[in-house]
Amino acid sequence: MSNNKLIKESSRYVIGVYDHENAILNAVQRVQEDGLRVHEVFSPHPIHHLDVYIGHPRTRIPIAAFCFATLGFSLAILMITFMLGIDWPMIIGGKNYVSIPTMVPVTFEATVLIAALGMVATFFISNNMGPGKEEFSFDRRSTDDKYVLVVDMDKNEGKSQEEISQILLKYGAEASPKMVEKAA
Amino acid sequence: MQVTSPIREPLVLNKMTMHNITNDVCKQVEGKPTMPWLICFGISLVLLGLGTISVASTWWYGIGTWGLNKTVGWAWDITNFVWWVGIGHAGTLISAILMLFRQKWRTSINRAAEAMTIFAVLCAGSFILFHMGRPWVAHWALPLPNTYGSLWVNFNSPLVWDVFAISTYLTVSSVFWYVGLIPDLATIRDRAKVSLTDNPLLATDTKEERKAKQEKRRPIGAFMYSIMAFGWEGGAKVWARYEYVSLILAGLSTPLVLSVHTIVSMDFATSVIPGWHTTIFPPYFVAGAIFSGFAMVLTLMLITRVVFKLENYITLEHIELMNKIITLTGSIVGVAYITEFFIAWYSGVEYESYAFINRAFGPYWWAYAAMMLCNVVSPQLFWSRTIRRNLVATFVLSIIVNIGMWFERFVIIVTSLHRDYLPSSWIYFRPTIYDVGDYLFTFGLFFTLFFLFAKFLPVINMAEVKAALNSSDEAARERGVIALSKKAGGEGVKIAAVHNPDKD
Repeated sequence: MSNNKLIKESSRYVIGVYDHENAILNAVQRVQEDGLRVHEVFSPHPIHHLDVYIGHPRTRIPIAAFCFATLGFSLAILMITFMLGIDWPMIIGGKNYVSIPTMVPVTFEATVLIAALGMVATFFISNNMGPGKEEFSFDRRSTDDKYVLVVDMDKNEGKSQEEISQILLKYGAEASPKMVEKAA
Repeated sequence: MQVTSPIREPLVLNKMTMHNITNDVCKQVEGKPTMPWLICFGISLVLLGLGTISVASTWWYGIGTWGLNKTVGWAWDITNFVWWVGIGHAGTLISAILMLFRQKWRTSINRAAEAMTIFAVLCAGSFILFHMGRPWVAHWALPLPNTYGSLWVNFNSPLVWDVFAISTYLTVSSVFWYVGLIPDLATIRDRAKVSLTDNPLLATDTKEERKAKQEKRRPIGAFMYSIMAFGWEGGAKVWARYEYVSLILAGLSTPLVLSVHTIVSMDFATSVIPGWHTTIFPPYFVAGAIFSGFAMVLTLMLITRVVFKLENYITLEHIELMNKIITLTGSIVGVAYITEFFIAWYSGVEYESYAFINRAFGPYWWAYAAMMLCNVVSPQLFWSRTIRRNLVATFVLSIIVNIGMWFERFVIIVTSLHRDYLPSSWIYFRPTIYDVGDYLFTFGLFFTLFFLFAKFLPVINMAEVKAALNSSDEAARERGVIALSKKAGGEGVKIAAVHNPDKD
């Protein structure tokens, strides 16, 4: 299957449904010890460090936030310097055209604004999210009260659906894990 | 195994499961409007309608309809502006500062408090628009290229700082609020979609629940909430990014929320008017903002709790904790009042001393007395645990605090202006019906938006409450132990030790 990835039309996944945070954390670690590669876990709430247990790389969102903050800071300084110092200097009591203390509030607000908007935009783009985007739900209960462990069959070559299901069941999945096909 | 002190009260009462939480929060979104909601919404609409007449007159005739005059150039309108901005501080404080302090009790109230923040800031902004007299040129307050010889706004002016502070605050709060809403919107979307298809995955529901869901086909809900949920799937990778985004937004919002009222206070503090020209204003205004904001959150949450039957989520524990913050910030405000008075005398400046003596004993003594009584004396009642946990007393006191905080701004603004340096300019400010009507308009706007929010969006942050449930609720923890011991061969202890939500 991996040889013809370019023309692959769909992927097959086996999903195990768990009913408690502790159970899913246990299962994620144990199925990996048993040689399964976990594709993803869907949960109704954030679970700290779950991404680390699955082996996802650390997110670089904070770096994006810092870059946007720097951008906002620089833009504000440039804007105020240009407007008050270069384009239309005003004499106010003989004081400097560009005064650093009075730049502080606007620069701070612009830094926060651009950092927040830029970071959230990065978040949406990196997750392929946006208004009206179609979701693919392996099991709709994963936004209610269930934790869904998804195993990609392509990434676990040599293991049949039956074998994968057995491993998921062994660590507490609900009866009969099922297979889901997702169009490429 | 993690050990939690039994003294700590659970954040969610009555041994709720995650599915119960989803049902309880979604039912008001999915069901038909209830009679209490209709009554509350109707009253808000009436207020909004009456207020709109007043606002339309103000816009048509100009702000000459107000009671302002040459001596008192700022009065009701700026009082209302500062009051609403202050109220708009609690939401971000709860969701950002309490998040950084790892206060899990904020999870039940942060959503509604954030919504309240956004609506309060909108109300505050509307007074700035009204005060411009010509609101259609409001964009002149922004540094935009223009045809007047590239004349820019003056960045040395605190009023320009205000434009940036308020608009940034509104934008960042709205973004923070919406990002937090997405997982819950996905929950509602999925419930609507499940009801559309004959989905066999409703195993957790009872037969009746399943039947009810499938009978309640909601194609419009499925469509609308699909758009609003942004395609949320809730994978671990996305949650990890989401948590970072929330944390950084909280980190950004914390100085932001403190900066907003600091900058509002500078509108006064950077002037040379006796009574305004004080360095204590920034911390004093911020404490006052949190004080009034929490009072408004309490007023609204006590109503919401009854209207939507959310007693299991907004518990007496939550109310008591908020009352403690009110006592603290109320006392800070009280100390600030006394400090101001002392410094006015200690400065030896005649005009400064007179401004404060005039405040307390001049023609507006009644406003000063109301302020002292409502803001300094009344929150001291919360030292009693019985009163802190009494719903009626909390409701009444929360309204009293907000009345007091309105008087605080009125006292600062009007009493500092009404007696000018020239006794011939002395005047007694009286509001007109349009002053009152415009204030009513913002009440109508605020409550209309709040009740619309409460009907169509989840008022409680389900995802966060569920996360807090597993670590704070005894029953949920027990279920976790059972989930591990029975199904995973009794070897779950290792994982529970690794994953301790209190430490992570």
